Amino acid sequence: MAYSDKVIEHYENPRNVGSFDKDDPNVGTGLVGAPACGDVMKLQLKINDQGIIEDAKFKTFGCGSAIASSSLATEWVKGMSIDQAMGIKNTQIVEELNLPPVKIHCSVLAEDAIKGAIADYKAKRQNAAAQVAAPSAPQKAAGGATQKATT
Amino acid sequence: MTLKLPIYMDNHATTPVDPRVVEAMLPYFTEIFGNAASRSHSFGWTAEKAVELARDQVGALIGASGKEIVWTSGATESDNLAIKGAAEFHKDRGNHIITAQTEHKAVLDTCKRLEKEGFDVTYLPVEHDGRVNPATVRAAMTDKTILVSIMLANNEIGTVNPIEEIGAVVKERGAIFHVDAVQGVGKIPFDVNAARVDLASLSAHKMYGPKGIGALYVRRKPRVRITAQIDGGGHERGMRSGTLNVPSIVGFGKAAELSRTEMASEAKRLFALRERLREGIQSRVTDTYINGSMEHRLPGNLNISFAYVEGEGMLMGLKDVAVSSGSACTSASLEPSYVLRAVGVEEEMAHTSIRFGLGRFNTEEEVDYVIDLVVGKVNKLREISPLYEMAQQGIDLKSIQWAAH
Ligand SMILES: Cc1ncc(COP(=O)(O)O)c(C=O)c1O
Repeated sequence: MAYSDKVIEHYENPRNVGSFDKDDPNVGTGLVGAPACGDVMKLQLKINDQGIIEDAKFKTFGCGSAIASSSLATEWVKGMSIDQAMGIKNTQIVEELNLPPVKIHCSVLAEDAIKGAIADYKAKRQNAAAQVAAPSAPQKAAGGATQKATT
Repeated sequence: MTLKLPIYMDNHATTPVDPRVVEAMLPYFTEIFGNAASRSHSFGWTAEKAVELARDQVGALIGASGKEIVWTSGATESDNLAIKGAAEFHKDRGNHIITAQTEHKAVLDTCKRLEKEGFDVTYLPVEHDGRVNPATVRAAMTDKTILVSIMLANNEIGTVNPIEEIGAVVKERGAIFHVDAVQGVGKIPFDVNAARVDLASLSAHKMYGPKGIGALYVRRKPRVRITAQIDGGGHERGMRSGTLNVPSIVGFGKAAELSRTEMASEAKRLFALRERLREGIQSRVTDTYINGSMEHRLPGNLNISFAYVEGEGMLMGLKDVAVSSGSACTSASLEPSYVLRAVGVEEEMAHTSIRFGLGRFNTEEEVDYVIDLVVGKVNKLREISPLYEMAQQGIDLKSIQWAAH
């Protein structure tokens, strides 16, 4: 299969590879895909108190298109607000990277990873707020919030 | 270094035509262009003579007589002719066919079509080492079994079946024994009499001959009957009509002769190269797994999984090296290799497999270059693999609830 120049470029020089501390309250982590399907993406966002994405990192197990999609996603989200990042559509990634039809699922995963990371971040914030309001609140409440955010 | 890139290491897919084969073929395009079926002039006679020599050359490679060779357009056609032809001819004796889950699509899809026409097909599982156990063949055979089709060597994992034992089992019940011998012939010894084979599919382009020419061995003693699938002028004793492709047949004959005379030394050389490749990689990369038997394997084959590194991502990194992957992404379907699945390789590991197929023209320098490249790329891709990171942190990847397909 022939890859577009942009996919090759991202594959050869992936942007923002790495990890943040997933327990940092300002970090949201999205982990999507499955090893059995041949793609797993981990995308992490560092979000400041103003809700701006200051930094992003990724690691991806997958084909060149999956690596390029996640690399591109980290590039795009930097400097965006949470709402702007939530608005990123997989079709934009498809267009930018010239992905063929069989690779569209890679762009869908990248979109899901962004949304997953933001949901994780929001859940953490809600959890922290709940802890401040009622320090003895059981952990369960936090679990509920996470689930709500991810659905 | 005088290495020429890209390097071809996908010799199970096809092989380059040996220059000695090309040389043998050339006159048959121009000076000796006659139709081998023309009986009334010397153009036809000389063409026919060349075709008959090639028949003997191909036959000699498998311990057969040239009279038992039927020319086809390739092994896909040979498999179709053998299986459909035997099923159709012998359907009054029974409707049961046995094959294995790891066979080539040319066999599997032919059997699937016969199922639609009312035949019963048993797709035997294989052992974890990739081989068909003769005992499972015996257990599957019934009074209705008319045909058993088992390959000599597998095109993905290079495993070699115990074909002589299987042949003996098939003959206990008197069924017809077809062997897709494409990947093994010319690489390892194969004798149609020792293995009691009735029908065998061969293809020239897997043994340094041209593409688009193949053969079906059809036993004469005792005579094995099949129904022709292509009707016309009655060529090839009525089993396969169509004007013979004389230059390609001449090339196939020459390729078979070269394989026969050079097989022993070539196998030794390829085995050494393959072991150099395997050791070179495994001594420098952790968490690799060989798919299929190491003991019963074609000398030039290495099928290896690199945990935490997806196969197609890996192929992209090896862009100066032609190899292939059992990962889903290399095909239009999203399923990983059915061969690896049948061998019991888990889906996540199937996605990380790479097939190296060494051949006549590969060199030690190429192998060393590929080792360095593979080691570098695996390390780089593991650096960006979330699975590798998790494994390093001691997280059991199986304990995670991954999203469904
Ligand atoms: C085991 C096996 N059988 C059959 C075939 C089909 O051969 P051909 O390309 O000559 O049709 C191949 C090659 O792809 C093969 O590897």
